[in-house]
Amino acid sequence: MIEPGLYNYWIVVILMMAGFFIVMSHGNLVKKIVGLNIFQTSVFILYISLSKVSDATAPILDEAYSEYSNPLPHVLILTAIVVGVATSALGLALIVRIREAYGTVEEDEVIAQDPDL
Amino acid sequence: MALAIVRLRHLFAVVMLSGIYSLLSAGIFVQLDAVDVAFTEAAVGAGITTILMLGTLALTTDIERPPVQRQWLPLVVVLATGAALIYGTLDLPLLGDPNAPANLHVAPRYIEESGQEVGVPNIVTSVLASYRGYDTLGEVTVIFTAGVGVLVLLGGTRRRRQGKDRT
Repeated sequence: MIEPGLYNYWIVVILMMAGFFIVMSHGNLVKKIVGLNIFQTSVFILYISLSKVSDATAPILDEAYSEYSNPLPHVLILTAIVVGVATSALGLALIVRIREAYGTVEEDEVIAQDPDL
Repeated sequence: MALAIVRLRHLFAVVMLSGIYSLLSAGIFVQLDAVDVAFTEAAVGAGITTILMLGTLALTTDIERPPVQRQWLPLVVVLATGAALIYGTLDLPLLGDPNAPANLHVAPRYIEESGQEVGVPNIVTSVLASYRGYDTLGEVTVIFTAGVGVLVLLGGTRRRRQGKDRT
């Protein structure tokens, strides 16, 4: 059973800030992508927790139940998860290319090799 | 878990932790009645993303260099943003509130009518494929574009390398 309260938002904020901190403070590009993924998942948890209705069940129609959780955020987040994977794949491919061009995946070493950036 | 990812510098362990984190969040989604989302998160988030990241690590390096710049500025920004967001949550509806604005707009119609209109018992499926079919078409376009981008980025290097071998 799920207690009512605001704690779901606080968990989301903590996760979101952890991801945000990784993206800002770390120069390693792979770790930046991991940070972005954490941020992304925290937004997913925010949406899904908004759609939860207490004493309701998963939105699959059945004679035995009359209360369902809100299906619309589920659909939106389903789309967002798949799009998120597509963008991470693109980011990781960019990292592989950067590694081939500069020989490093650290942000400041790339900038040091290329003064125009 | 997330804090361990912040601290760890061995990228292999970081990637593994992020996979476990995805799986845990899939568990949270089951708890919140979102079974379809949990399936997708477990398969795509914990599975495919981890494989892609491991592939990237195999092609690059798996040790992160220790940071050189000071980290107090990002920390201050993060704490300030977090405090502002927590303040913003105080007005939001409680978890599980059936009268939250998000649950009153179009969702009741989907729940009541989709059984007759689409005929699929899973409401998420009928919304995804029927009511919001254009959204899903756009999603497929995004995935296609990303796939083409990855192929262009990685395919070009292979050709260049073959050219180097020939000379």
